[in-house]
Amino acid sequence: MSNRAIVALKVLVHLACLAPFLVLAWHTWHDLRHPDAVALLGPDPTAALQHATGFAALRILIISLAITPVRRLSKSLGWLVRFRRMLGLYAFFYASVHLLIYLKLYANLDWPTLLNDLSRRRYIIAGFSAWLLLLPLALTSTKWSIRKLGKHWQTLHRLVYVAAILGIVHYWWIVKTGVRDPTKITIVLAIILLARPAWSFVDARRRQRRMAEVSPTR
Amino acid sequence: MLIRKSPDIPSSEITPKADYLSRRTFMTGIAATGVTALTAGRVTRWGGTVHAAEKLQTVKSPLSLKGETLTSLQDITHYNNFYEFGTDKGDPARNAGAMHTRPWTVQVTGLVKKKKTVDIDTLLKLKPMEERIYRFRCVEAWSMVVPWAGYSLSEFIKQCDPQPGAKYVQFLSLADRKQMPQINESGIHFPYSEGLRMDEAMHPLTLLTFGLYGETLPNQDGAPVRVIVPWKYGFKSAKSIVEIRFTDKEPPTTWNMMASNEYGFYSNVNPNVDHPRWSQKTERRIGASLFKQRQPTLMFNGYGDQVASLYKGMDLKKYF
Repeated sequence: MSNRAIVALKVLVHLACLAPFLVLAWHTWHDLRHPDAVALLGPDPTAALQHATGFAALRILIISLAITPVRRLSKSLGWLVRFRRMLGLYAFFYASVHLLIYLKLYANLDWPTLLNDLSRRRYIIAGFSAWLLLLPLALTSTKWSIRKLGKHWQTLHRLVYVAAILGIVHYWWIVKTGVRDPTKITIVLAIILLARPAWSFVDARRRQRRMAEVSPTR
Repeated sequence: MLIRKSPDIPSSEITPKADYLSRRTFMTGIAATGVTALTAGRVTRWGGTVHAAEKLQTVKSPLSLKGETLTSLQDITHYNNFYEFGTDKGDPARNAGAMHTRPWTVQVTGLVKKKKTVDIDTLLKLKPMEERIYRFRCVEAWSMVVPWAGYSLSEFIKQCDPQPGAKYVQFLSLADRKQMPQINESGIHFPYSEGLRMDEAMHPLTLLTFGLYGETLPNQDGAPVRVIVPWKYGFKSAKSIVEIRFTDKEPPTTWNMMASNEYGFYSNVNPNVDHPRWSQKTERRIGASLFKQRQPTLMFNGYGDQVASLYKGMDLKKYF
């Protein structure tokens, strides 16, 4: 893939990642300006913003995790890795907006409420932990950090898998018993996580076969 | 039992102008027949009919709330939990149109002197309809203010002749796979079942409800008949009722069976008892502007003066 094509694609990906934010910002601005019109955010604007930012964070994070297994499908897909950092940062951006909405519109910036939630509500603990894990990854996403951290960088950035799992757990723990909405995204994440060992297995088999071809006497 | 009456206030203070003007025009226009069909029902492929909204003639009630902004009809009909039609809050508005509400009967069973089946049209004419403006507080920490139309459930219960041994009333909702294709979307076992203690069911605030905003209930809000128990979380107020059963034991109730640690049999609105997963101290008012949604939740949803005596001596943390 040519550099020019990648730049063009990057612009498109930026637009796609920003779209949910721009739409929500426009809807919020509209509803605050025109309180008597039918609300674009719907009947429950607090919940609408909270759900939309949470979904965006989870989806973008999971798309970013799909890059590694997908590029192993073919050598010609190597360029995909150049999109991983921006996707990860967008996921962190939405997770941060999600957290800010919780702090302001749910906990009302009230310390006792916040501490109470953090000490007793498992879905909040899971969600907040996921954000905390993403924070150092976002901070060390620069080229400089990659160089500085060397081989530790990759170890550190494996935390993204833990963050994604915590995000899904957070989702299951907030929906009501009997609601199966998180099923689809859970299956997608499971496939992505299982793809790694699956590829390793396929690779190992391939290597074995090649070895067998090289030394037919054995 | 003390029932505090609110002073009479003009509906112009609480109802949008266009709405009360149209209601007034209508009320002066019809004879006192109770129900008048404006549009003929549409025949569905199941043979029954989906009834378009009919006007209901109502009188004002002293039990109505005053001084709070009514939630818009748009929001009341597009933000619903009715899991038989799907688990998204917009699903009932999209899917409930398939439910036919005529013919419709309610069976009266269990500990009554004589079991019977009552037709919806008989129920509609049983007592004069009242408009009751109530707060509606969902267990999920959001709330509305709704102008319901109906009469006290006690009026109907009296006509059911319950036996002396009847201590509880159970409500069963419609569960029809054909009309509710989304009924298996959730892991909930239907028919939806809810229940009240007899004294709760006989309380004048407990409303056998047939309409809102002066018209018959939209399907997604529980047409053609539901109960409204304004001091309890919304899920206690069963929708689209097909059977009312009198029992001597606490009846099994749907959400309580799904997660008994989260949804108690009583489920009175109580800001001091948190849901295990979220606080009940505050609520989000539906339709309010983003930064004004959050407001404090009131004990018994603000109906404490009328209903607190029902629970005298009970530990409400234990019987949540």
